[in-house]
Amino acid sequence: MRRLILAILIGFMAPSWVLAESEEGPKLQNANVDLNDRVGLQNGARLFLNYCVSCHSASMMRYNRAAADLGIPESKMKANLMFTTEKIGETMTVAMQGADAEAWFGIRPPDLSVIARSRGDDWLYSFLQGFYADPTRPTGVNNAYLPNVAMPHVLWELQGIQRPVYGTEKDETTGKSVQVLEGLETDKPGKMTEVEFKKSLRNLVSFLVYLGEPAKLVRYRLGVAVLLFLSVLLVAAYLVKREYWKDVH
Amino acid sequence: MNAIVRQLTGLRDWVDDRFPLMQLWNDHMARYYAPKNFNFWYYFGVLSLVAFVIQIVTGIWLVMNYKPDADFAFASVEYIMRDVDWGWLIRYMHSTGASAFFIVIYLHMFRALLYGSFKKPRELLWILGMLLYLSLMAEAFMGYLLPWGQMSFWGAQVIISLFGAIPVIGDALSTMIRGDFVVSDITLNRFFSLHVIALPFAIAGLVVLHIIALHEVGSNNPDGVEIKKLKGPDGHPLDGIPFHPYYTVKDSVGVVVFLMLFSMVVFFAPEMGGYFLEANNFIPADPMKTPLHIAPVWYFTPFYSILRANTINFLWLDAKLWGVVFMGLGVMILFLLPWLDRSPVKSIRYRGKLYKTALAIFVVAFLILGYLGVQPPTPARTMVAQACTVIYFLFFLLMPIYTKLDKTSPVPDRVTM
Repeated sequence: MRRLILAILIGFMAPSWVLAESEEGPKLQNANVDLNDRVGLQNGARLFLNYCVSCHSASMMRYNRAAADLGIPESKMKANLMFTTEKIGETMTVAMQGADAEAWFGIRPPDLSVIARSRGDDWLYSFLQGFYADPTRPTGVNNAYLPNVAMPHVLWELQGIQRPVYGTEKDETTGKSVQVLEGLETDKPGKMTEVEFKKSLRNLVSFLVYLGEPAKLVRYRLGVAVLLFLSVLLVAAYLVKREYWKDVH
Repeated sequence: MNAIVRQLTGLRDWVDDRFPLMQLWNDHMARYYAPKNFNFWYYFGVLSLVAFVIQIVTGIWLVMNYKPDADFAFASVEYIMRDVDWGWLIRYMHSTGASAFFIVIYLHMFRALLYGSFKKPRELLWILGMLLYLSLMAEAFMGYLLPWGQMSFWGAQVIISLFGAIPVIGDALSTMIRGDFVVSDITLNRFFSLHVIALPFAIAGLVVLHIIALHEVGSNNPDGVEIKKLKGPDGHPLDGIPFHPYYTVKDSVGVVVFLMLFSMVVFFAPEMGGYFLEANNFIPADPMKTPLHIAPVWYFTPFYSILRANTINFLWLDAKLWGVVFMGLGVMILFLLPWLDRSPVKSIRYRGKLYKTALAIFVVAFLILGYLGVQPPTPARTMVAQACTVIYFLFFLLMPIYTKLDKTSPVPDRVTM
């Protein structure tokens, strides 16, 4: 019961934490998102639908759109990746009720449709690696990039458990030395090596970037075509102008 | 072929007997004589018209799928981005178009400062242009609420609450604007109405007036010479050429270049590093969570900086009200330009060092104010903003003095190419 109260209290504080910490915090790692790697995007979709969609929705994304864009056969999508609905044209909603989520985690897990656009790919990539063991937290973990996060370490099986490395720093105003988080190190290894885990996360974050803006897969190509057309038009327009202006002195 | 041409000519004459079609065409295009020495700076008038058309056309298609409802607005924008065919392109054209519109308008206004285009006999033309600028600001401000993200919501909340600083009527006034005690569904609905009907009508009407006024007095040019003073035996200005075909073909080149730059943003960088579309605006509006750092979109930031630079309670008024007053004056003082400038010449080409220096300092101060407006305030930044605010106002207030003292050089009779 005390844990529950604590969780709810922290849930109330979570939004202010999110905002207070977003300005500074540890340095972000480069996600190196690759939208041309279709196999990677498919793997990202698999991770997303297996691990994230049990709590987070992507209520603006349709299963069949993702299937078509990423080259996943609809039958495979239906059989292996859809857990909350039978209809391929539905959006990626979540079975968990909002009120339940608030009772369990103190906060409704945010919809992830455009999370890559508000948070940025590097932040997501770093955040998902930033969980470390912290027995004072109701979930048993804390996060270096989002302190006192309400979210449990969903990928712990894959990544393993990390422990924090603390250093001391002098507080400039009080002059006392304070403990600061300097880094994380592996405590118990998971199913994946660090390299494998990072690669999986890169795929997952790439999928989140695609999820944030499916049009990204076509807009660069279309942009090149439009610019080529306009370049031709520019030459034509310039030649017409030069011809007309010959007699203006 | 000949039969078709005959038919079309017949149709034209039939219309012309009942409507001044050819007269309008001649007055505004084929026999409107424009100076032949227009340079780079003279593209931005036609480009603002292009930007306006882009906004109107994409706006019509956006409204077909957008829902002005606090519960659905955010999701309907994402619906446009995903489920509507070409919706993402229409939306990016509209969001990029807003910033592009301001870029070309600012350059168009700077052109007037360079070549004295606001001076007699073009005072009314300038005032109509300023009214257009004000309408455009209102249009952009209200449009920015519609995606109903965090920045939409809190930006509107902050700006509307500024009216609350006005003594006595302030609170009632801001409640009246919102239609509620906070920005809400009611505010969203009325802003939608004003954004898609009232202000576009006002802008379209003012554009017509602006062009009629321009064609009445004639275009200025980089030399600031009045071409109407020297006319040839045919009664047309010696230095003038018909707008059509000369400037229609020349402007086409400019329009294509503009469209290329515009497409580069639309297709390759629609967020423009967070300046055209802000990251925080991809979080749905939440009245319970105030973002740490609220900044308006870039085109308002110079004036936002002036607002924030006022940090001292003075006389019986507090700093916030002074901020609102100076921000308002900062925009309104532009209306007075035609009467503040006492120089006998128009163009910067024949003005002296004083005006050139003043204009250069003014531009730098304006850009710094714009930059500071997107940064969170620190004591040092506030001091810089205060210095730049003083410079901004001194440019206008001292203008009658330095333009009169300035050593100008003689203006030629004819334009130079």
